[in-house]
Amino acid sequence: MEFRTHISVQNLNVFYGNEQALKNITVDIPDKKITAIIGPSGCGKTTLLKSFNRLIDSIDGIKVSGKVLVDGENIFDPKVEVTRIRKKMGLLSQKPYPLPMSIYDNIAYGPRIHGIKDKKRLNEIVEHYLKESGLWYEVKDRLHSPASRLSVGQQQRLCLARGLAIEPEIILGDEPTSALDPKSSQRIEHRFLVLKKQYTVVIVTHILRQAKRLADYVIFLYLGELIEHGPAENVFNNPKEEMTKEYIKGIIS
Amino acid sequence: MDRRKIEENIFKSLMIASTLIILSSLMIILITVIVNGLPAMNLAMITQTPKGGYYLGKEGGILNAIVGSLYLAGGATFLAILISLPVVLYLNVYAKKGSRLVIFTRFSFDVLWGVPSIVYGAFGFSIMLFLGVRASLLGGIIAVSLLILPIMSRAMDEVIRMIPEELLDASYALGATRFETALKVVTRQAMPGILTAVLIAFGRGIGDAASVIFTAGFSDYIPYSLLRPVATLPLAIFFQLGTPFPEVQNRAYASAFILTVIILIISIVSRILARRFTKHIVK
Repeated sequence: MEFRTHISVQNLNVFYGNEQALKNITVDIPDKKITAIIGPSGCGKTTLLKSFNRLIDSIDGIKVSGKVLVDGENIFDPKVEVTRIRKKMGLLSQKPYPLPMSIYDNIAYGPRIHGIKDKKRLNEIVEHYLKESGLWYEVKDRLHSPASRLSVGQQQRLCLARGLAIEPEIILGDEPTSALDPKSSQRIEHRFLVLKKQYTVVIVTHILRQAKRLADYVIFLYLGELIEHGPAENVFNNPKEEMTKEYIKGIIS
Repeated sequence: MDRRKIEENIFKSLMIASTLIILSSLMIILITVIVNGLPAMNLAMITQTPKGGYYLGKEGGILNAIVGSLYLAGGATFLAILISLPVVLYLNVYAKKGSRLVIFTRFSFDVLWGVPSIVYGAFGFSIMLFLGVRASLLGGIIAVSLLILPIMSRAMDEVIRMIPEELLDASYALGATRFETALKVVTRQAMPGILTAVLIAFGRGIGDAASVIFTAGFSDYIPYSLLRPVATLPLAIFFQLGTPFPEVQNRAYASAFILTVIILIISIVSRILARRFTKHIVK
């Protein structure tokens, strides 16, 4: 598989106090593809994902060494403005967390803090991204009602629209369907397949079948170590490492 | 009946009894205040300031103390919000969780909470001497705001601490700064709790007598300046109860009733406001 690198992780180590969560990870994440980070619970999947937008910064006692290059720029460089890095990425968390405001304001929150004040422009943005996340027709008549009244599945699509509204290049998903019912999960998965035409998508998942359905590229982590990575068909059909084989067969989990 | 069932019933009855004690003390207080205060209740009480000889049973009302208490508690609450909100936002959004500063600040809230209000009065008085301010509305506001600061901060802190980390992360992930997150997400999410904290503090402030004795003084007039002495309802109750005249003592109960009604109104208003914000909260 030929690809252009979008995120390049180089010798990344992350420590929580004395515990090492990520051990010397080096991997390139392809542009405009879906990359799935798989592995058993507690293996560092989420840590790796959250290091991409530096959300791990706020965890106490964290130490990071190594580099993460996004578009060739090391995001851990002290001179880098973290809000600018985060603006490049939309995040979907395990459980949707709508902001405590209306549906409209949830989407407009990002654009507003990044300086868009024009009402007409904001209206367009809200409509556009709600359509893009497949929520528009369900909420267009109640844009000003609280986001907390939506169902969990709708909330997750709202969070997707909210993330897209800051015009990122990358979408990060931290087990984004784990709190959703099968129908809502399917919708989110379908969105990812559409979105990868324009965005680089990285998802953490512990559902192997989901990774198989979605991923173009797979990263397998085990206890903080990168065991194997490569195009999805290679990793799933001809895993090089014994550990990957066992994980895929369900022997280790 | 077996032993466990008896045990269950005994403890259930004890709990119900305790609940009844709470409810009945509220009822008894209200009844006492109303029964004793009713003979003195008239429109003049809430529309007039004391005329000459009021404390001997002559004409007038306690408008001076009603307005004074509202000014004082309102001013002190406002001042306390200006200090509490930044402190709790700092503790919960900016400061490192579990750092010594955070732990020590929370510990200070608890200690300050326990400090008797007369000590705040004395402390406020010494600050006033230092600044050259006499017993006045300003002095009272300072002393009462010191008294209610730990109460307000602690109550706000409790609700803001409950906000899930992931909600803050959702805001950061959109490229928001900590300040934007604190202002637009944290305060909104915590708004019902913040309102409750403000109400508790206001109620405590308007009802306190000891902190205002030296600092606010007392006056039969409605203050027209921050530097004038001001009457307060608790002190008005105290002075009226201290007279040997039964009709003036009844006025003390009427004043207590007015104070209770003010607190009741504020509770109701804040509940209505809190409900308006609750709909946005994501659990």
